[in-house]
Amino acid sequence: MRVELENLTKRWGDAIGADGVNLEVDHGEFVAFLGPSGCGKTTTLLMIAGIYKPTAGVIRFDGQVVNKLAPKDRNIGMVFQSYALYPHMNVFQNISYPLKLKKVPQEEMRKRVERVAEMMGIGHLLDRKPAQLSGGQQQRVALGRALVKEPQLLLFDEPLSNLDARLRLSMRSEIKRLQLDLGITSIYVTHDQVEAMTMADRIAVMKDGKVQAYDRPEELYDRPRTLFIAGFIGNPPMNFVDVEVVQVDNTFHARRQGLDLPLPADRGEKAAQDRPVIMGIRPEDVSIADEGIAGEVYVVEPLGRDDLVDVQINGAHLRVLADPALNLRIGDQVKLKINTDKVQFFDPQTELSLLWN
Amino acid sequence: MDTTTFETEPTYGLRRVLGQLIPYVLLTISILPIVIGYVWIFVATFSLRTEGLLPKDANGNIGGWTLQNWTFLNDPAVWRATLNSLIIAVGMVVGVGAISSLTGYALSRMNFTGRKGFLSITLILHAFRPEMLLIAIFQVLLFIGGIPVIGSLFGFNTVGGVALVMITLDLPLGVWLMKGFFDNISWDMERAALIDGASRFRVWWEIIIPQIKPGLAALAIFTFITGWNAYLIPFTFTVGSKVANLPVLLNQFSGDTSLVSWNRVAALGLFQLIPIIIFFIFTQEMLLNIYSGGTKGGA
Repeated sequence: MRVELENLTKRWGDAIGADGVNLEVDHGEFVAFLGPSGCGKTTTLLMIAGIYKPTAGVIRFDGQVVNKLAPKDRNIGMVFQSYALYPHMNVFQNISYPLKLKKVPQEEMRKRVERVAEMMGIGHLLDRKPAQLSGGQQQRVALGRALVKEPQLLLFDEPLSNLDARLRLSMRSEIKRLQLDLGITSIYVTHDQVEAMTMADRIAVMKDGKVQAYDRPEELYDRPRTLFIAGFIGNPPMNFVDVEVVQVDNTFHARRQGLDLPLPADRGEKAAQDRPVIMGIRPEDVSIADEGIAGEVYVVEPLGRDDLVDVQINGAHLRVLADPALNLRIGDQVKLKINTDKVQFFDPQTELSLLWN
Repeated sequence: MDTTTFETEPTYGLRRVLGQLIPYVLLTISILPIVIGYVWIFVATFSLRTEGLLPKDANGNIGGWTLQNWTFLNDPAVWRATLNSLIIAVGMVVGVGAISSLTGYALSRMNFTGRKGFLSITLILHAFRPEMLLIAIFQVLLFIGGIPVIGSLFGFNTVGGVALVMITLDLPLGVWLMKGFFDNISWDMERAALIDGASRFRVWWEIIIPQIKPGLAALAIFTFITGWNAYLIPFTFTVGSKVANLPVLLNQFSGDTSLVSWNRVAALGLFQLIPIIIFFIFTQEMLLNIYSGGTKGGA
């Protein structure tokens, strides 16, 4: 199913949930709504589900306006963060509930529930009550219940947030795999940028009820259009440093006290302004080298594969991913090499990218 | 792997025994007056007369066991009063339960004009003593009595009328209680059911109500007891023994011109207790069985 949102807005008095959301989801696409809590992503999802009535704007499914359609007539399945299983029903009754409401014949109902349960790996748990299941099993039941009516649109509202880290990883790939296999158009709300990056075909980054950007994950990562996106996407997050970009002879330099960085011509030219700008650089694009910018190790956070090292350069801090074998200690003097092909520049007033707008 | 044991100061002998004993002793002392009261009632119903807790016969010796206090069981008026009490109590359980659970749901889940005002008025109404309203209610019952058919069921001096008034007076509490229980059910579950294809009514009946069964059971037992023990309203709005319920009849037993037989009063009082005990036995499992699981976090 193709989903189009046009100027979708939800207000409660003065409070704004979603503010003029425009986007379209293609048939079979997996789209993530990404943003911090309170950014309007769940509000938008609930409007698509038909739980909230939009204050303004239009929702179209396959070109048909569905604003007035009740949730049950939208042919959607939804998975909630809280699982929202019916505690007084066993797993079979939970999964079969949508079919029971559709008055599907008993025999067919049993077959469909068993097929979905098998697919979700919970076939042996059909007699259990939700309280007797682990979190991961409960989420599988919730997913099964959403899938059993063969919806044309799947909505996920932070489905993995209540699972422990390891389970979250495996469920993540499982959901992704399932979505690919079944080809159901899916919208996935999350505040976890790793989830969004790994699972989604496209990500809508939301802030204060507005869509900041709607693009493929790698685009958002390599060409962030706003300071917010640059800071939100990527882990560990991007470093931001106030610099002045000046032209010396034929090359552009990003400068601040203790830092003088020659820039590639294309980036430098766009970044050169008559006022300070914000330079962004990802930790993985900075390395410890023999030559380069001098700094002092401020904090070392071992991440296992890498050390995340906070290096102080004349009052500015840069987080750097470094080889643990270097065995850096607080107070060590280091030299930094910055991959200038990856630096980003933002206008401090508008917070828009100087490179990609 | 290391295991760590925490050394706590061992408590032996007297100190330990005292520590466990004292709470029980204090609790026992505090409920003793009530227990003695019930023991007296029980003893008194089967004896000619009592001195303290001891049954005495005509000569003042211990003994004098008799069943004559229970002869009221042959009196059809008692059984009619029992039936009336039952009608009022069951009527209240059904009426208050149904109306409160519907109203409470609407107040908890739906947004409509006047919702806030309704809530605060309900709370204020609960603060009114029924005594203040007796005359107004009397007028209303007289008016209802004038309506054909309905009047003979719910008018003045009818059991139905008493039940109606009792239901009304109990609704503010019931509605608030039920609203509180509905407030604790997660929205997600309701949303899930709506998306699964349930109508709002089915969500209420099939998804939400089963989860507030303990609350409903609590409300049921409270209203049953209120209805069963109702005295003021039946006493005020009924005339004569035909429509009297048990407490009113009990009062007639002890308040008539003839000499009061306290032992008979005690027997009737004990008789009046039986249904409440039975009702409690039936609802206690629901009261204590609170569903858990199925949702986690979220709102």
